[in-house]
Amino acid sequence: MTTIPLLTGNPLESNVHARYALLTMSRIRKLEEAVEDLFGRGMMHGTMHLSIGQEASATGVCMALNIDDQITSTHRGHGHCVAKGADLTRMIAELLGKENGYCGGRGGSMHIADVATGNLGANGIVGGGIPIAVGAGLASKLMNRGTVAVSFFGDGAMNEGAFHEAANLAAIWKLPVVFVCENNGYGMSSSTELAFAIDTLAERGLGYGIPGYTIDGNDVSAVYEATQAAVQRARNGEGPTLLELVTYRWKGHSRSDKNLYRTKEEIDEWKTKDPILFFEHLLKDKGMITDEEIAQVHAEATSQVIAAVNEAMKGVPADPANLLDAVFKKVSA
Amino acid sequence: MSDRMLTMSEALREAMAIAMEERPEVFILGEDIGIYGGAFGVTGDLYHRFGSERVRDTPISELGIVGAAVGAALSGMRPIVEIQFSDFTAQAMDQIVNQAAKIHFMVGGELHVPLVLRAASGSGTGAAGQHSQSLEGWFANVPGLKVVMPSSPYEAKGLLLSAIDDPNPVIFLEHKLLYKIPGREEVPEGAYRIPLGVSRVLREGKDLTIVATGIMVSRAMAAADELAVEGVEVTVIDPRTISPLDMDPVYASLENTGRLMVVQEAPEHGGFLNEVIALVATGPALGHLIAPVVRLAGMNVPIPYAPQLEKAAVPQVNNIVAAARSVVADWR
Repeated sequence: MTTIPLLTGNPLESNVHARYALLTMSRIRKLEEAVEDLFGRGMMHGTMHLSIGQEASATGVCMALNIDDQITSTHRGHGHCVAKGADLTRMIAELLGKENGYCGGRGGSMHIADVATGNLGANGIVGGGIPIAVGAGLASKLMNRGTVAVSFFGDGAMNEGAFHEAANLAAIWKLPVVFVCENNGYGMSSSTELAFAIDTLAERGLGYGIPGYTIDGNDVSAVYEATQAAVQRARNGEGPTLLELVTYRWKGHSRSDKNLYRTKEEIDEWKTKDPILFFEHLLKDKGMITDEEIAQVHAEATSQVIAAVNEAMKGVPADPANLLDAVFKKVSA
Repeated sequence: MSDRMLTMSEALREAMAIAMEERPEVFILGEDIGIYGGAFGVTGDLYHRFGSERVRDTPISELGIVGAAVGAALSGMRPIVEIQFSDFTAQAMDQIVNQAAKIHFMVGGELHVPLVLRAASGSGTGAAGQHSQSLEGWFANVPGLKVVMPSSPYEAKGLLLSAIDDPNPVIFLEHKLLYKIPGREEVPEGAYRIPLGVSRVLREGKDLTIVATGIMVSRAMAAADELAVEGVEVTVIDPRTISPLDMDPVYASLENTGRLMVVQEAPEHGGFLNEVIALVATGPALGHLIAPVVRLAGMNVPIPYAPQLEKAAVPQVNNIVAAARSVVADWR
């Protein structure tokens, strides 16, 4: 079994929630480590953008959502996808270009979507998903669905026009949208210090009449609590919220990254703020988990990822003969 | 004159009203489409009939508008976006080209984007270089987009209803000179649909096949009237949708005429009608050609301001007549 259904609730609400949050973060990390390994061994082509070190933001946000709430994701989207409840086998199969991958080999890492879990898709364009989430929120409002749309994006996307236009539309129409900026410090090589003249990115909400909050993005329960409040506000018809989740990507932007723009010391310092270790310590302090149980959780995550890789490998390679099939959706008679 | 000789604005408005009555998921969004009634008056009174939720005024924010429409379409709605001038689609190109066009394919078919983007297109209003372009070729070159160019009020209503039904993103380019002119045929009341991807043969003649798009269809028809007086018989074909493109009537016509003229307002270089010529050159009708293909297109120049310059930049009826006369006379 390489799918785990989304569990909604505070990671600290019960031992079950705590274990789920830890398992989800661990599954994201193990999946991405496996992806990096497959790349390293030349078994995957294209590129990849890993979110190792950022697992708490995806996990904490999604635990504040229901299965029918929608998300739009980014080029660094594996974590969002897993946290919303995607099947690891179909994810890996997609990365391997197999017919049983989420996109049948048409999209790869940057385009995985999962209708069943409300995931409207990763996106290869920085900021591309933000107006789309606003549209999902608009649909929810027009049809009185009561669902919320969350847009994940990075610090880099905040300087795209798409963010500004989307934020304004969501604000003036009071749409049920939550803007989640995963501030990992860099847009590729450009640090937020170079790319912004404001102290916190949450301030960007002010110009649109949107409340903005800066949160420790490596603290899964803090992320949950902030998101939950924003989701509640959205469901109440009070409009969008901007959350800046401060985090850090341990790995380079993509395969080509030689980390010339940051120091090893900086990376090592952030590794001491590992969101998974942080949460383990918190749970142990609260007596909610034992070392043995922690080891069990990680073993379960590892075995799921191994099973997913093995299963995905068995998939049929995507067939060029079917290449034109999904350019257009067929018009039903 | 029958009261059903509508203008294209009126015909488009009827189509949108029918679609909104038929389906709760249809809504319109765009700049000044509400109380103002649209920059060209197309939405008219729809705001008063359907309310501000479904006839949704937006800020001046083309990328945001189209992006919101994409997200709504992914979530089960059928948005109709109005972009005041097709030139402004440049502001929204990421959402049109990288998002709407590709999502269905990239995600392997699980999601689709039933979105119509209507935009006023073409020159002739003295609005100069940033409000007068014919950009259909841009969109036709993007797999995943359908591109419709209605040539009359009758066509506009039937094609728009089909575009709204379509599960794919459709770029619907309305020539702004056609908005206010009553058509040459009645527009039926109620719903009727003209399928996307079926060319229309407007008149048949033995001497020359003219393939024309958008406003050039009516200019080709006017030219054909003049030529008929001289004894030159012209076939006029309107592809209606340039993506998908139905070439069969063109091939069939060339069997009889042996001469082909393509007429578009867009600049010649890289223009869409070059695709028609390429298909003829590589298709079943090549052997029937007895004359070089005649290409009439906009000059390779931004649309200028002064009226005499603006007219000179794009094909007019007299250009079509002259070119037709000479190709028929020179190649027998």
